[in-house]
Amino acid sequence: MNTQRSTWRKPSFIKNPVLRYGIYAALTLYVVITLATLPIDWARVSDGMQRAQRIFNGAFPPNFERSGLLIDGFLESLKIAILATVGGIALSVPLAFMAARNISIKPIYFLGRGIIIVARSFHPVIVAIIFVKAVGFGPFAGALTLVVYSIGFVAKLLAERIEEIDFGQVEAMRSVGAGFLSTLIYAVVPQIMPRLVGLGIYQLDSNLRASAVVGIVGAGGIGATLANAFGRYDYDFALAITMVIVGVILISEAVSGFIRKRIA
Amino acid sequence: MLKISKLTKRYGSGDPVLKELDLTVEGDQLTSVIGSSGAGKSTLLRCINRLVEPTSGSINLNGTEFTTLSRGELRIARRRIGMVFQSFNLIDRLTVMENVQSGRLGYISTWAALTRRYPREDIRHAYELMERVGIAHYADRRADELSGGERQRVGVVRALMQRPEILLADEPTASLDPKTSEQIMSLLRDLASELKLPVIINIHNVTEAKEYSDRIVGMRYGRIIFDDLPGKLDKPEMDEIYAGVPAMDRAEVGAVA
Repeated sequence: MNTQRSTWRKPSFIKNPVLRYGIYAALTLYVVITLATLPIDWARVSDGMQRAQRIFNGAFPPNFERSGLLIDGFLESLKIAILATVGGIALSVPLAFMAARNISIKPIYFLGRGIIIVARSFHPVIVAIIFVKAVGFGPFAGALTLVVYSIGFVAKLLAERIEEIDFGQVEAMRSVGAGFLSTLIYAVVPQIMPRLVGLGIYQLDSNLRASAVVGIVGAGGIGATLANAFGRYDYDFALAITMVIVGVILISEAVSGFIRKRIA
Repeated sequence: MLKISKLTKRYGSGDPVLKELDLTVEGDQLTSVIGSSGAGKSTLLRCINRLVEPTSGSINLNGTEFTTLSRGELRIARRRIGMVFQSFNLIDRLTVMENVQSGRLGYISTWAALTRRYPREDIRHAYELMERVGIAHYADRRADELSGGERQRVGVVRALMQRPEILLADEPTASLDPKTSEQIMSLLRDLASELKLPVIINIHNVTEAKEYSDRIVGMRYGRIIFDDLPGKLDKPEMDEIYAGVPAMDRAEVGAVA
């Protein structure tokens, strides 16, 4: 005689059936109402389709006649990216040490974290708008923007790497009576060096991409060239610029990926 | 002479890890501290150079009272105490020479440390010590290329570079295989007598402790309950130190740990 049950069902995530079906019903109702009241103006959509059609017609074939302008724009973007990466890393390293819980004291830690959070909380485009207002149109505003952007990324990840170090080495340096800076130079820096180099290469690549975006709001580089081309309805030139941007980013990603793999 | 008296260490509000412990170590003797995990061996060693802050009590090394030193004074005083670690705590990505010279970081300027411009006298001393323990030919190799026994030799040389007045070794052989472990133990014993250096070793392997030490200290629950010559450590004493561990497993505990 078999008294064991032969059926089994996985217990529901929400145990109470009333609550469970109540939540399902509420969600369904919300989706239906939202879809029914979406402010989509279908007339404008079809107008927009036609306009998009005109833009694409104007863009083909891409026009490389003004490639001098294009190359100048790119070289400027590259300079912005390099300057921003060097400046960003130079500021990120001390900030990362400040913002590492296991190295710094409480008030300094909160200060470091605070600066990083502020640097991270604004999208580069917003930072670029502020810097363009502050220092005027051009690549300088772009470089400053990307310095802030680099700090938000590099300092945060580097601080996390510092918090993960093998603390035994720090203990060993303390036990020989090494000073604070000597301890950092010997016990911490060698451990975080591979990550720092990797972040630097990634950030250069990332800054090159971002410099195209911040250029659109007036912060110089290839983005400014692209914005101008759009403004003058030179859609064929704009397409040429876009294609080159995609190509360069692909190349820079491949190069930075290759280098990072080699140093890991 | 190291004189520890009434040393107490309490983490948080719990039961103290060390309870009014007294211990005196002098001369060039090699003292082994044994006891089961959690007996407070490691805390005792780390309280001596204040890697762990003692709660109360006194630690006196050749006339210097360690417990009352300010941060700056402590840094200077720590140069006089060498320490060897279970996991070596070498800087893996630096060369053996840089690791060895890091034992002098308390003496050289930050700039000299950063640019690796070590004093000639230190370099000579380093080669001398590395020659003595048999790692001189590895000077330019990265520390993580060496085997466990070789890495612990680097750890020992780093500590000796301080020209310490006492050497603390926190389970220096626990990460090593039995043969290498014996080599490191006999190296520590020989160095103790050659350099007239008192050595305190935390160790799990009782067989090795008995073979290489001049004196054995047995700890249990933060107190010293045995302190005598290795020959005096017999089964009843062992049972008391390792109470809770069946006597039958003793040999195994000694061999494995």
